[in-house]
Amino acid sequence: MEKNNRKAWLYLLPAIAFLVIFMVYPLIDVIIYSFEEGYTFASQTKTGVGFGNFGDVLRDPYFLQALKNTFILVLITVPLSTALALLISLGISSINKVRNLFQTVYFLPYVTNTLAVGLVFMILFDKTEHTEGLVNVIIRLFGGSSVDFIDGPYWAKILVLSVYTIWIVLPFKILLLTSALASVKQDYYNAAMIDNTPKWRVFTKITLPMISPTLFYLVITGFIGAFKAYSDAVALFGTDLNAAEMNTVVGYIYTKLYGEGGGSPALASAAAIILFMIVLTVTVINLLVSRKHVHY
Amino acid sequence: MEKNFKKTEKNALIKKRVSKTVIYVLLGIWALAVLFPFYWMINSSLKTPAAYNSESVPRLFAADPTFGNYKDAFASVPLADYFINTIIFTVVTTAVMMAVIVPAAFAFSRMQFRGKNLLFTAFLSLMMIPNELVVITNFVTITNLDLRNTFTGLILPSVTSVFYIYLLKENFAQVPDELYLAAKVDGTSDWKYLWKVMLPICRPTVITVTILKVIECWNSFVWPRLITDKEEYFLISNGIQQIRESGFGRQNIPAMMAAVVVVSIPIILVFLFFRKKIMEGVARGGTKG
Repeated sequence: MEKNNRKAWLYLLPAIAFLVIFMVYPLIDVIIYSFEEGYTFASQTKTGVGFGNFGDVLRDPYFLQALKNTFILVLITVPLSTALALLISLGISSINKVRNLFQTVYFLPYVTNTLAVGLVFMILFDKTEHTEGLVNVIIRLFGGSSVDFIDGPYWAKILVLSVYTIWIVLPFKILLLTSALASVKQDYYNAAMIDNTPKWRVFTKITLPMISPTLFYLVITGFIGAFKAYSDAVALFGTDLNAAEMNTVVGYIYTKLYGEGGGSPALASAAAIILFMIVLTVTVINLLVSRKHVHY
Repeated sequence: MEKNFKKTEKNALIKKRVSKTVIYVLLGIWALAVLFPFYWMINSSLKTPAAYNSESVPRLFAADPTFGNYKDAFASVPLADYFINTIIFTVVTTAVMMAVIVPAAFAFSRMQFRGKNLLFTAFLSLMMIPNELVVITNFVTITNLDLRNTFTGLILPSVTSVFYIYLLKENFAQVPDELYLAAKVDGTSDWKYLWKVMLPICRPTVITVTILKVIECWNSFVWPRLITDKEEYFLISNGIQQIRESGFGRQNIPAMMAAVVVVSIPIILVFLFFRKKIMEGVARGGTKG
């Protein structure tokens, strides 16, 4: 084929232009911002260059709160959602009737608007002067005492946020795990059946190794996604997440950029880079672990 | 002997039936957990505000269903305007994105030029950049260009997607070279070949990409929130949030739920209609979770 350099670049020009302006340049710019101490939209000048922004962010109690919330959320939702998705996918894979119906229903939360459905979770858990909310009614039915999940104690708020997060992230995991399970060759199972291998052994020796690449992919993307939690928290607790003690690291970035007492792209950038470093570290650890345990 | 065998067979059958039933029950429970919030939004939206507030134990069925809340929702906030904004945003963003990424994918799959592999690798590495890192500068860029509270500002940063370029490129590359060469012999231009041959052949992938982008636009929240603070430019996500924060949501939960139902229904319909395509597309490499 003849080379048609100029034409090819013409075809690529719009894509390259947009990517340079809205991805490559911002990537460099965010690093520059993070070292410009004291730069705000109001001042438009920096007072110095150095690691000061990082220090300011790391000393900010709001950031530490956000970091704590995010880590708790990650530690609760990633293992729970992955395990739950695995169980559900195993269930789906072992049935034939109405399998499509189940798969369709389970996928619904993926496409729905996080903010809109979050409001339903809020009223289910919320305690107002009129009603205790359906969840509290059920808790009372079982003899417990009611809790304000939206404006109440810290653990209650974390609990709702975790429940909602798991509800949202499950569809993606179920979808990928069911297709991974479906792609395991029937021959292996047939061979195991002839040998009369016990079920749990089939699971640990055949199923699990065969789907381990998908499982680890889900763990890695699960960590990344959970570290970037934000919209679900807004849906449940409103935009002033600092006041609700429920801010996440991403929420902190947006608050610093554009929110109460915000307007500081320098501090926002420093926080974004800290988040990126954390995510990168966790991902690298994940990859190292997976190299030992995943069978490709 | 014969009897024993039959007994064992029968036991195994019963055991299998029991375990199947347990699986169906558990799957059914999770299906209910997924569907319940949707039921609850509809149920709550049909109660009159007075009825809703008087139920200290919420009723599972609206005693006296009414559609009045839907009227209230549209009357108390410009919900219809939010819808129109979201439709404009979704249609324009998706259309412009297709116009940007289709030629790019074509160049990568069919054209020969210096630095192609290097450029493609650079594109792929951009997939790893989290949005949170670039959103800060984009916010500054759009503000400096005086594009806050405009559709242009809303749309511009989301009209390219390396992932979709990649998806299309892979699909384009599957179209046999012979077709391209035959078209060349006939004197068909690249541009014409792309629109008359390539796109029709690759229609399933093009449709998948379009639907995924439409869903993404319909639900987008973070960027619109940063870039719009005037109600005239709110998208539905921001509108819903506005209702919750300062609007009537606090007092009139049924009307808020009516708004939630109205926002949810279009996207659920799109999903039910394109179920297979959406799930295939996401399984091929969507990331969320």
